[in-house]
Amino acid sequence: MTTVTMRGPRHRDDPGRRRNQRRRLAVRRNVTAYGFLCGALICFAFFSWYPMVREVVLSFQRTNFVDAPVWVGLENFVTVVQDAAFGPAWKNTVAFTVLALVLGYGVPFVAALVLNELRHARAYLRLVVYLPVMLPPAVGVLLFQWFYEPESGLFNQVLGFLHLPPLDWLNSTDTALVSLVIVSTWMNLGSGTLIYLAALQTIPGELYEAAELDGAGLFRRIRHITIPQTKLILLVMLLLQIVATMQVFIEPYLLTGGGPENSTVSVVYLMYQYAFNFGNINGGNALGVMLMIVLMVFSAVYLRVSREDES
Amino acid sequence: MTRSGCRRLLGPLLASALVLAASACGSGEPTADGAQPSGSGSAGGPVSITVNCMPPKTNKAQRTTYEEDLAAFRKLNPDINIEKVTDAFPCYEPRTFEAKLAGGQLETVFFVNFPNVGRLVAAGQAADLTPYVGELKTFKDYNASLDIFKKDGKVYGLPTDGYGMGLVYNRDVFTKAGLDPANPPKTWAEVREAAKKISALGPGYVGFGEYSGNNVGGWHFTASLYGRGGDVVTPDGKQAAFNSPEGVAVLENLKQMRWTDDSMGSRLYIDWPALMKAMAGGRMGMMLGAPDVLISLRNDFQAKFENYAVAAQPEAKALFNGGAGYMINPKATPEQIRAGLKWIEYEFLTPGKGQLDYVRAKGANLTVGQPYPDLYGADTPSGQEVLRLRSENANVAPEQFALWAQGSKGIPPKAEPGPYAQEIYAILDTPMSAVLTRRDADPAKLLADAEAKVNALLAKKG
Repeated sequence: MTTVTMRGPRHRDDPGRRRNQRRRLAVRRNVTAYGFLCGALICFAFFSWYPMVREVVLSFQRTNFVDAPVWVGLENFVTVVQDAAFGPAWKNTVAFTVLALVLGYGVPFVAALVLNELRHARAYLRLVVYLPVMLPPAVGVLLFQWFYEPESGLFNQVLGFLHLPPLDWLNSTDTALVSLVIVSTWMNLGSGTLIYLAALQTIPGELYEAAELDGAGLFRRIRHITIPQTKLILLVMLLLQIVATMQVFIEPYLLTGGGPENSTVSVVYLMYQYAFNFGNINGGNALGVMLMIVLMVFSAVYLRVSREDES
Repeated sequence: MTRSGCRRLLGPLLASALVLAASACGSGEPTADGAQPSGSGSAGGPVSITVNCMPPKTNKAQRTTYEEDLAAFRKLNPDINIEKVTDAFPCYEPRTFEAKLAGGQLETVFFVNFPNVGRLVAAGQAADLTPYVGELKTFKDYNASLDIFKKDGKVYGLPTDGYGMGLVYNRDVFTKAGLDPANPPKTWAEVREAAKKISALGPGYVGFGEYSGNNVGGWHFTASLYGRGGDVVTPDGKQAAFNSPEGVAVLENLKQMRWTDDSMGSRLYIDWPALMKAMAGGRMGMMLGAPDVLISLRNDFQAKFENYAVAAQPEAKALFNGGAGYMINPKATPEQIRAGLKWIEYEFLTPGKGQLDYVRAKGANLTVGQPYPDLYGADTPSGQEVLRLRSENANVAPEQFALWAQGSKGIPPKAEPGPYAQEIYAILDTPMSAVLTRRDADPAKLLADAEAKVNALLAKKG
């Protein structure tokens, strides 16, 4: 700045020089931010974008990682599509996603509504609801393995206490997938509830007071105030939930091994089988690309919705 | 900063980050001429190799003997530099194998268990050892266990552990159920009767345990089928062969035990440790398993070792050949292959040395006397020497393995069903889980469905 003043009026009107100076100042001001940005970019490049690009490339190749890879066009895609487990894997994944939406989407919202209405012990209950999130996912899943034990498991003991017949839970093609959805819902309940709760707390209290004065009951208040006011966050959570649940893996991997009779094989589980058990990493990548395309559609919708939210 | 300025800065940043990532991750890219694993050493000078599967620190006794062997080998072979020894467990990890191979991090000498040998050979992911194996002193004494590492007359690895399937049982549970632990079942009908008596002991007791998922269900179906004289694929490997009376008998027997006798419990064992844990728990009577199961129950699952024994597989006409061995990195140089083979020979294949040093093992709180590894023909010098040393230093109760050794004598071993074994096992998981979860499961239909799937798979693979 001093330099500019000393050089006098001749330089003051030089637009190029002023532009450069402004740029230098802006860069200096933002150098820390750029540092952080670089770190994030490098991390994303290493751990997200590069693997994604490699996944796409490998899905069109046949390679043993010893000899030069061979381009095979759509051969890997044809192989996985013709696999007997391909249809069930997609069917199960879609079924899991839909069931997880019914349970996993609704339950946290209801829990948030209840927590929001409570006058006492709110902080304590919030902690209790969030506790499952603090457990490592594998621990949570294995805990349910014990709950689902046909003979001595907690759930069948509760059913017995209520004089209800025991269920086969993970051992039946009818109940195995639903059992996995219950695990998933329980593990993700905390995060969903907290996000909904945060959204609920941004709704001005006057709206509810006015509605109460107008004689609106609880359900009408939810229908005409809560849901419209949290519409965007509900939509964003819906899309995030779809993207997350379509990638279901740990539950079938640890609890059912894809069985019984392929009733819990998911797309990601099949991908794992191809890549690591069948020694066909290219087939696994082809499945990954298919799933990525489906998820990209939902992600695009999510981005559009969030942009609308910002505006 | 203006938006366009930001974009100008972001562009090069993004590009450089991507290039950096690509170059870093691509350092291990396979090349047409075949890159070499790190530390290959210069031609003519000392050769450097890396090996895996050192026993973990938790297995103190075996770790100590292994470290002693490393030191002795280095002293004997000053021109061979074993520059790195890894102890990651499990020794063969399919989730990292190809990443390590692609990144140039796969050890020169690597462990592999039998179910994965076929596909590694088919994929060209192991070095051809044929020109070098003649230099090994004991190579000529190998028994049929070597066949699993052979393809088209070439040798791609060396078995270091091998055993046939049997019937593992808990002697303590047998006694409680009024059964004679010295006279375990010899037929499947006797297995059913024994299982019924064991499960009648009360809640938690399981007569017979079996796998049903994560490919281990198909693996055990194969073992049972081989025992009954059946086959998984035709001899040319082009068609499924398990939809046979023997295949139906395997499933029908399990179905009867599960639903008619209620002697298998209601829990599904979907992976290898699940059934092992249940067996180690002390309330399961029997399971299919090779003699190594007993040692694993002792070392890895803290079971009361003396309670367990292994007998011959009931009515067995062929024994599924389980085991493990070592292969060499396909990117290794001829000098590295020779050095790697020398290490394998010293540590695993020389009677009286390394892991076959039974005198030392006896004094190091390791079990001696179990009838494996079964690597050499019984009438070969190596085979006789191993048997002599083993019996002289045995410290396990003879009755734990004797019935298996006697009953399995002369029964031919049978290998995995080809390079697509894991895919076939995944398909065969379905009939196994069906008969263990559905009272109305139809074994014939289940096998017909699985047959169609396996035939489609094999046709596609050509």
